[in-house]
Amino acid sequence: MKFLRDQIDKLKPTFSEGGKLSFLHSTFDAFETFLFVPNHTTQSGSHIRDGIDLKRTMFIVIIAMLPALMFGLWNVGHQQSLALTGADGSLWDNFFVGLIQTLPIIIVSYGVGLGIEMGFAQFRGHPVNEGFLVTGMLIPLCMPPDVPLWMVGLATAFSVVIGKEVFGGTGMNLLNPALTARMFLYIGYPSSMSGDSVWTFLPEGSKTVDGYSGATNLGELASATAEGKPWSDDILSASIMDSFWGNIQGSIGETSVVACLIGAVILISAGVGSWKIMVSTILGGLFMGWIFNISVADGAYMDMPAYYHLIIGGFMFGAIFMTTDPVSAAQTEKGKWIYGFLIGVLTVLIRVFNPGYPEGIMMAILLMNVFAPLIDYYVVQSNIKTRLNRVKV
Amino acid sequence: MGKNVKIKRGMDIPLEGKPSTHIHAISSSTTFAIKPTDFKGLIPKLRIKQGEEVSVGDCLFTDKKNDKICFTSPVSGEVAEIVRGDRRAITAIKILADSSEYKFKEFDIQNYPSKNVDEIKAILLESGLWPFITQRPYGVIADTEVTPKSIHVSGFDSSPLAADLGVSLRGQESQLETGFKILNMLSEGGVYLNLHAKKDNTIYQNIKDVNVSYFDGPHPSGLVGVQINNLDPINKGDIVWTIKPQHVAFIGKLFETGKLDFEQNIVIAGSEVKEPAYYTTRLGASVDSLMNDNYKSENVRVISGNVLTGTKIDKDGYLGFFDNQVTVIPEGNQYELLGWLFPSYARPTLSPSLPISKYLKKSFNVNTNPHGEPRAYVVTGQYEKVLPMDIMPQQLIKAVMAKDLELMENLGIYEVIEEDMALCEFVCTSKINVQQVLSEGLELMAEES
Repeated sequence: MKFLRDQIDKLKPTFSEGGKLSFLHSTFDAFETFLFVPNHTTQSGSHIRDGIDLKRTMFIVIIAMLPALMFGLWNVGHQQSLALTGADGSLWDNFFVGLIQTLPIIIVSYGVGLGIEMGFAQFRGHPVNEGFLVTGMLIPLCMPPDVPLWMVGLATAFSVVIGKEVFGGTGMNLLNPALTARMFLYIGYPSSMSGDSVWTFLPEGSKTVDGYSGATNLGELASATAEGKPWSDDILSASIMDSFWGNIQGSIGETSVVACLIGAVILISAGVGSWKIMVSTILGGLFMGWIFNISVADGAYMDMPAYYHLIIGGFMFGAIFMTTDPVSAAQTEKGKWIYGFLIGVLTVLIRVFNPGYPEGIMMAILLMNVFAPLIDYYVVQSNIKTRLNRVKV
Repeated sequence: MGKNVKIKRGMDIPLEGKPSTHIHAISSSTTFAIKPTDFKGLIPKLRIKQGEEVSVGDCLFTDKKNDKICFTSPVSGEVAEIVRGDRRAITAIKILADSSEYKFKEFDIQNYPSKNVDEIKAILLESGLWPFITQRPYGVIADTEVTPKSIHVSGFDSSPLAADLGVSLRGQESQLETGFKILNMLSEGGVYLNLHAKKDNTIYQNIKDVNVSYFDGPHPSGLVGVQINNLDPINKGDIVWTIKPQHVAFIGKLFETGKLDFEQNIVIAGSEVKEPAYYTTRLGASVDSLMNDNYKSENVRVISGNVLTGTKIDKDGYLGFFDNQVTVIPEGNQYELLGWLFPSYARPTLSPSLPISKYLKKSFNVNTNPHGEPRAYVVTGQYEKVLPMDIMPQQLIKAVMAKDLELMENLGIYEVIEEDMALCEFVCTSKINVQQVLSEGLELMAEES
């Protein structure tokens, strides 16, 4: 440790003001503080401070995403093997194929994002904020495995610059940066982000086995509804248990409800993710699904059991990792309940009523990101009102 | 009449170096100091010159804005030094104490129960006891021209390593009784004494004609601001006064003897103190005299007050005006390899992400490292867990940062002072100096009013 510290102390002047590489000061600082918690001390106010900091908080979110990532790596290979040979490959083969396909996406996402963040930090004279450590992982997890790398880079750049830095950086952004990236691609390059051919990574020129279909549950449900078919389990080519475990086609990290739930347990037990938002999002989804169930209107989507909504598509991934971003979510405790509930409701609404747009949760979260400050405003106003009423009494 | 309030939000921070209940006598300090910097926004106007002889109770300086408010000498002796800081602002007045018997200034307290409010006030002002009365909003010295809605006294201190007043004020029951009698004469709305539901409250048993309420729960249940918010919140336009029991006892002593007596039992505690215990000393005593060679190590932070709200002082500094506690903890000026990921020692925390510290450790050796760098707000819902008041803390702090006066007022800035939000500062993931921000907000509001 002493050796490492000495090396850093030797390098430090080069990167400090007046040094040759002072234009990389923020970047150096980011690496230094990653390695060593600084030797600063408190000077005013509370002399002692809690052991938690933003680095640890963000790191815990990354840990929570690991089950989803690991499962996703395997599943990318698994789905490819099913599509090409009709049979499952070995565990390690699947994992290896997934890694080969996914690792570059992760590297591009982190490389582009952190590069821009460090540039902005240096330009503003700020330290580099840890927020992107999470975003950089969320972006690959919500991408289809087939996505071209340049799109990942472009989307990441868009989300960091337009989604975050123009608002003032981490802590100031209105929209969830990872979803901003996904939305950017969805609108800009719809053919690469939706449809029946993107959810399994297939090498160029390869042939799929007979009977292979690239459709997802959501796509199948949307077309069944459009065709006016009544609800039956047969509409879904993947069983609901498969959807629950996650060995189905979909974006890299969102297919497994189980992996997401493990993440939820980590987030909640570490006190990092808001359980209020998670629970209320799930309640909102169930509530809206139930309303459709009891409504007089018929249709495949309407009559699907409400809890299916939680299992198919990216509902759980969104509810656990995307809604709980504390910056873009509602910030008041009451507001969190309303925010989550409305996301659940909107997700199901969009799924059922908008066949052109299969997955509703991305849209629902981004929409509620925009409304979160309004929700907070009303919660804050109610506190203000009780205070004013006290004077009158 | 009184209420029983159970405080649920908050946290106790168990620290090493708890004081034993033994009260040590220590050889008296040779120098004493009164520091104008202990008072927010005070500009002192000197009443003495360097080298002048003073008695106990002689006025050293007054408040430039209201020269009725005196700050008096805690000892008799010679004015040794007038210490000046930036822009020649007076930071301390040092007095070399007489080695023999102190000389006292006599105050006319004859037949005080028949005196009217103004006469009582005059005595408090002249004797230098008035500045112990703090006014809310803003947490400043009480305005001499107003009659407060009520006076609140918190009968216990829940801060880390704080003095158990049942120990430090033992034997001063009659002084407390007299002091509360005086407070009752100052307030029309009555005096509130807020006690801990489960602690020994025998020192308060003689006190009459006050509204007694009982509080239970973790820190900050002992903060008077939290108690006021739970009993009778401050509204816009309200003026509430607060004072600490040890200072009520000072008032009592004056009205019993006619002499000012700033002797008090203080706590010296913290992990770097060899013998953490109670010590008998006097207001403004030098840390030198208090600590002697009571330090365990060299690289320490000496705090006048507790670790959450106290003031950093030098080893040759002086006890703060309001403080009955000196805390000594190690400085945290060491690098820690990957300390954010693998903490190398246990540290107090509210976060379950540090499970060993949160669930297993029973007391902590804390230092002054902030364990992270300042960041913009990211995490929400933290402050609410440690502020048992009907206030939206993060929104309030943001309103202060934005200098939005109306929003600050609407969000209840009148109800809080810095100490109330010290725990928010402690738990803050983004390491924001909440107390400093709030202090700027209070100053801004006070200027505008």
